[in-house]
Amino acid sequence: MSITRRLFGGSAIATAMLAGNAAYAQDDMRIALVVKALGIGFFEAAAEGAEEAAAELGNVEIIYTGPTDTTAEGQIEVINSLIAQGVDAIAISANDPDAVSPALQRAMQRGITVVSWDSGVNEEGRMMHLNPSSTPLIGNTIIKLAADHMPDGGQVAILSASATATNQNAWIEAAEEVLPNYPGIELVATVYGDDLSDKSYREAQGLMASYPDLKAIIAPTTVGILASCQAVSDADKIGEINVTGLGLPSEMAGCVVSGATESFAIWNPIDLGYSATMIAHALATGAATAEPGAEIPTGRMGSVTLDDTNTAAMSDPFTYDASNIDQFKDIF
Amino acid sequence: MPKQIFTSREFLLTGAIVLLLAIIATRFPAFIAPSNLANVFNDTAPLILLAIGQMIVILTRCIDLSVAANLALTGMVVSMINVAVPGLPVPIIIFVSVAFGALLGMVNGILVWKLEIPPIVVTLGTMTIFRGTIFLLSEGKWINAHEFSEPFKAFPRTELLGLPLMSWIAIAAVILFSVVMSRTTLGRAFYAAGGNPHAATYAGIDVGRTQFWAFTISGALAGLTGYLWVSRFAVAFVDLAGGFELSVVAACVIGGVAIMGGIGSVVGAMLGALFLGIISNALPVVNISPFWQLAISGSAIIIAVALNAQANREKGRIILKRAENAT
Repeated sequence: MSITRRLFGGSAIATAMLAGNAAYAQDDMRIALVVKALGIGFFEAAAEGAEEAAAELGNVEIIYTGPTDTTAEGQIEVINSLIAQGVDAIAISANDPDAVSPALQRAMQRGITVVSWDSGVNEEGRMMHLNPSSTPLIGNTIIKLAADHMPDGGQVAILSASATATNQNAWIEAAEEVLPNYPGIELVATVYGDDLSDKSYREAQGLMASYPDLKAIIAPTTVGILASCQAVSDADKIGEINVTGLGLPSEMAGCVVSGATESFAIWNPIDLGYSATMIAHALATGAATAEPGAEIPTGRMGSVTLDDTNTAAMSDPFTYDASNIDQFKDIF
Repeated sequence: MPKQIFTSREFLLTGAIVLLLAIIATRFPAFIAPSNLANVFNDTAPLILLAIGQMIVILTRCIDLSVAANLALTGMVVSMINVAVPGLPVPIIIFVSVAFGALLGMVNGILVWKLEIPPIVVTLGTMTIFRGTIFLLSEGKWINAHEFSEPFKAFPRTELLGLPLMSWIAIAAVILFSVVMSRTTLGRAFYAAGGNPHAATYAGIDVGRTQFWAFTISGALAGLTGYLWVSRFAVAFVDLAGGFELSVVAACVIGGVAIMGGIGSVVGAMLGALFLGIISNALPVVNISPFWQLAISGSAIIIAVALNAQANREKGRIILKRAENAT
């Protein structure tokens, strides 16, 4: 569709007719990007990346779809309808690793290429899984973000989501492992804001009260990083304490402008949608096979290598700061 | 006689708060510095406002589980208004938040009053509906610090006589509702409708209508808190204040409000809120494992309820000795 539109421009009717003809004539490869729920900026941006990949590959049509709320049931319906439409590939960010698996297995039996990205499906339900990053890469990044702005070293503290949050705990563990690589950086406390604004705000206040020499608060969760940023601003400690961690550009723009946050990171959803599409295309055309140790090219992102569970990590989280925040804050 | 019980219970709670502060001070002395206590009070102001509304609802033998969702929805609505019309003065924003919150409370009230659906079912339903509505309005997107206008964010932080306006609003609400509850017909009707609905009906009080007004007041306070909340934390999203309704009910229960209705006071609700507020502000600085934090908060609630149940039991009295013996 996008190619025909670019070639012919013209009136909407003409474009639609030509697109219809073109689809029959060239038999475009149809790749469905199934997301957790529609209307989430992160996934809209991933769809943008998928379209970019489609334009680059040519003859690829992206079907961006998903349920209206983040339920596994909704995704199963979507998958069933995609099977009925006979798409060539499904790239899914799953709401539940197990619940959607049977539907995806049915899809694979009908010759549809299935890959998962962002939020994975169990091994039976997909050919391979693309993680936006890996636990060690994220753990290292969050410490590096703080250390980059602390040339003389000093105290840092982590403000996480809940004490039982699997993702955050794995990242924090990885961060603690790489700490020795950053001499002078001392991790004084790890506290939990439960992803509630008020509790995170109080925990950030508590950190500032307990550790007067604190130089940075690292919050690997979007609610926590925003609440910390607000607490630091309200305490007039901008410039003394750098709030960093993982956040979304649209949410963090204010913190970066106020100076409470020097930089923060998150995977780039555009890159993620782009890579997932590239991989789905490579597998669907047979240019690559999903097997442990295989290296699959991902266009401008380089390539990914599959591990024993057919899982690959895309890249380091992408760092955002005052120089690029304006570009990304409207995207996601 | 009842007056004495109220005063003694509030006296006990004040004592418990002082004891709590003393224990915290042994581990973190800076906590009881006046400036920090002012911070704690300010941080607890939203809980106090909601606890007052909840207390009135509980007095009438109802419960309002939709307060946190109301707060989040009203917060989102005023945030979106602020984004659309950044120049709109803050007093108008406050008026809108109170009016919109009251409107949502009226929905609860009408359902309880006219359709006679149990309040826990009504508010459980509207709680989900309100959260869903936020999702529909916002399409799941967040409204963030840089999108709000400066006056919108500055209002609750503005200091007057050393305290932020948010604290003053809570203080004003405590005074206003203390007067309403003790000096107005409606205020006394809340007690009567919950204390003994049948007697209240015979005395000419429309119990349903009284419950309707209780929900409306609770909604209005939740709406006001909605604005204060989003401007304080400078963010509005679907899950804002998720689960906060339970803290509000807990504050009431700790504050001596009888869950079966008819007993409670504004000052009690405020003290209950402060008790919880002090615990949640102290736990981060006294360095306790996060797993213990939940257990400690929970234990405080259970102990308070146990004490209340004990106090309520004494209240039983026989009005007509002959009638009891007859059957």
